[in-house]
Amino acid sequence: MLENYFPVLVFLAVGLFVGVAAIGIGFVLSPNRPDSEKLSPYECGFEAFEDSRMKFDVRYYLVAILFIIFDLEIAFLFPWAVVLDQVGMVGFWAMMLFLGVLVVGFIYEWKKGALEWE
Amino acid sequence: MSFEKFLFYLFAVLLLGAAVMVITRRNPVHSVLFLVLAFFNAAGLWMLAEAEFLAIALVLVYVGAVMVLFLFVVMMLDINVAELRAGFVRSAPVALVVAVIMAAELVVVLGPARFGLDSYAAPDRHPADYNNTAELGLALFTQHIYAFEIAAVILLVGIVAAISLTLRRRPETKYLDPASQVGVKAKDRLKIVKMDPEENA
Amino acid sequence: MDGLISFWEALPELVRIMLKIVAIMLPLMITVAYYTYLERKVIGHMQVRMGPNRVGLFGFRLLGLGQPIADAVKLMFKEIVIPSGANKLLFLIAPMITIAPALAAWAVFPFDAELVLADINAGLLYILALTSLGVYGVIIAGWASNSKYALLGAMRSAAQIVAYEIAMGFALVGVLVAAGSLNLREIVMAQEGSLLHWYWLPLLPLFLIYFISGVAETNRAPFDVAEGESEIVAGFHVEYSGMTFAVFFLAEYANMILISALSALMFLGGWLSPFQGTPLESWFAWVPGILWLLLKTFIFMFLFLWFRATFPRYRYDQIMRLGWKVFIPITIVWIVVVGLMKVNQAPWWFN
Repeated sequence: MLENYFPVLVFLAVGLFVGVAAIGIGFVLSPNRPDSEKLSPYECGFEAFEDSRMKFDVRYYLVAILFIIFDLEIAFLFPWAVVLDQVGMVGFWAMMLFLGVLVVGFIYEWKKGALEWE
Repeated sequence: MSFEKFLFYLFAVLLLGAAVMVITRRNPVHSVLFLVLAFFNAAGLWMLAEAEFLAIALVLVYVGAVMVLFLFVVMMLDINVAELRAGFVRSAPVALVVAVIMAAELVVVLGPARFGLDSYAAPDRHPADYNNTAELGLALFTQHIYAFEIAAVILLVGIVAAISLTLRRRPETKYLDPASQVGVKAKDRLKIVKMDPEENA
Repeated sequence: MDGLISFWEALPELVRIMLKIVAIMLPLMITVAYYTYLERKVIGHMQVRMGPNRVGLFGFRLLGLGQPIADAVKLMFKEIVIPSGANKLLFLIAPMITIAPALAAWAVFPFDAELVLADINAGLLYILALTSLGVYGVIIAGWASNSKYALLGAMRSAAQIVAYEIAMGFALVGVLVAAGSLNLREIVMAQEGSLLHWYWLPLLPLFLIYFISGVAETNRAPFDVAEGESEIVAGFHVEYSGMTFAVFFLAEYANMILISALSALMFLGGWLSPFQGTPLESWFAWVPGILWLLLKTFIFMFLFLWFRATFPRYRYDQIMRLGWKVFIPITIVWIVVVGLMKVNQAPWWFN
């Protein structure tokens, strides 16, 4: 089984290498003449007067947490889908119960307005 | 040394190195990114143990989802690092004691006395067509259905907890509702008044 | 010929894999380059313009076919500006970790029944895991630039990618249930029969959701609020220039091609001939499978461009509503439907 994964490992390394090489080529070939105006972050015509890293609405965190939960759900669905043929009706209803519980959670977040984006 | 052993030591060294960086970096964003690297190497180790599904699921769930949340939090919360570090010296002795006890327990339980090659023979390598995901699914949906349903309830609790902890409407935040903006009709905003024309003096 | 084969077999394994990777990567890069040319041409003609038609090759105009090469050379010689407040290392790492997954996903992609670099069992899971890494490049780029616009674009894009990734994952689960395997080659094999056996029909809602989510995942119009050039000037890569920008650009187009190719593979029967099971089958038997695959991929690639020329940009709250409140419920319902069809051996797709 592992021998099938060896090309994947090589490909990942090559993928990273392409990124590094491309940017390396850019640094070698391109001129480098910095000045303070060029290096200042883009703004609409005025000086940037504060650090741009600001606090964000807590809503973003909520979205991220809900994403984790659904992602886990997908992780459970994958093996189920692969063996559905073999586990038959029992496996099917086990997953329906699982999905049912999570749909309750989904309805809860919908009704609570966690999915609203104002 | 076989190539597999080389990979094992490579992943293991990178994993430990990244883990050390996680707790020593001053910048929390760097810490999180080193944690991502640590997860990648852990996934590599699991892959070497032929736990195909778990290795990729580790990347999918932990790197692809959990660490994104961590990044959101450390990037956007403006954590004051100096403030966090102030208590370090005071709590260091206690932490050290806890750490030593935990490490000792781990060694006792997982040490070579119980988990050496004598107690567990090295498993045979699976053939190329071994399907780890299917094996896992078969175990999960026959023997472990009960545990699987418990997982659903835990996830439900997670949803409810996340919403009740973070979802509150703060009065000082100004929201706008695009739907109602778009839905405005001319007659809601404009009033046409009929009046007689003025007479010329 | 025999000498060539024995020479190939005498090469060390690593060299053989490297050569295969080059054989995948080189055509991919050329496709990316000419995809940008096609985009400008297609959108140009849709807007009754000519598109690029000046830069030729070897002294001939050739409808501007030299344009992508000129663009690449230009980007190579452009200065790489790193803003003063930026976190230098992360600023440079961000494009690299954007391109690596976009390329590495092709490792498990089967171009024909035999033509696949790494025939792994968990192929689809691997691709999903790699696409979920795409969000890192965006977030890190936005944060490391230390620019308001970049950060706003990154946050928008991250929340959007996250929402559509779930819809995408659920759509993939539907395909899995139907095919009963995570291996991409077996997913295509399971669609054998005729045009009506392909999964676009039994999984029609999932097919549409998968492709639309793919458009949203790649931040393409009409979901391109992360770039929104008229409001936040270019979003997360506003501070990037020269090759650093080029790498982001490359990754975006490579991802579009990947989404197109995967849609063709999972819903349009991959390399299978559309005339299978009809009297015409023998007429087209000479067409190699990979040609069908490329043709189907091209249809989706064209759709990406067509969308961009046709649809106005979505509002942000509409994007989030579509992802969470429309796509996710539909996919959950359809997974149940597909599961029921599967366990009851519904006619002709799943028996």
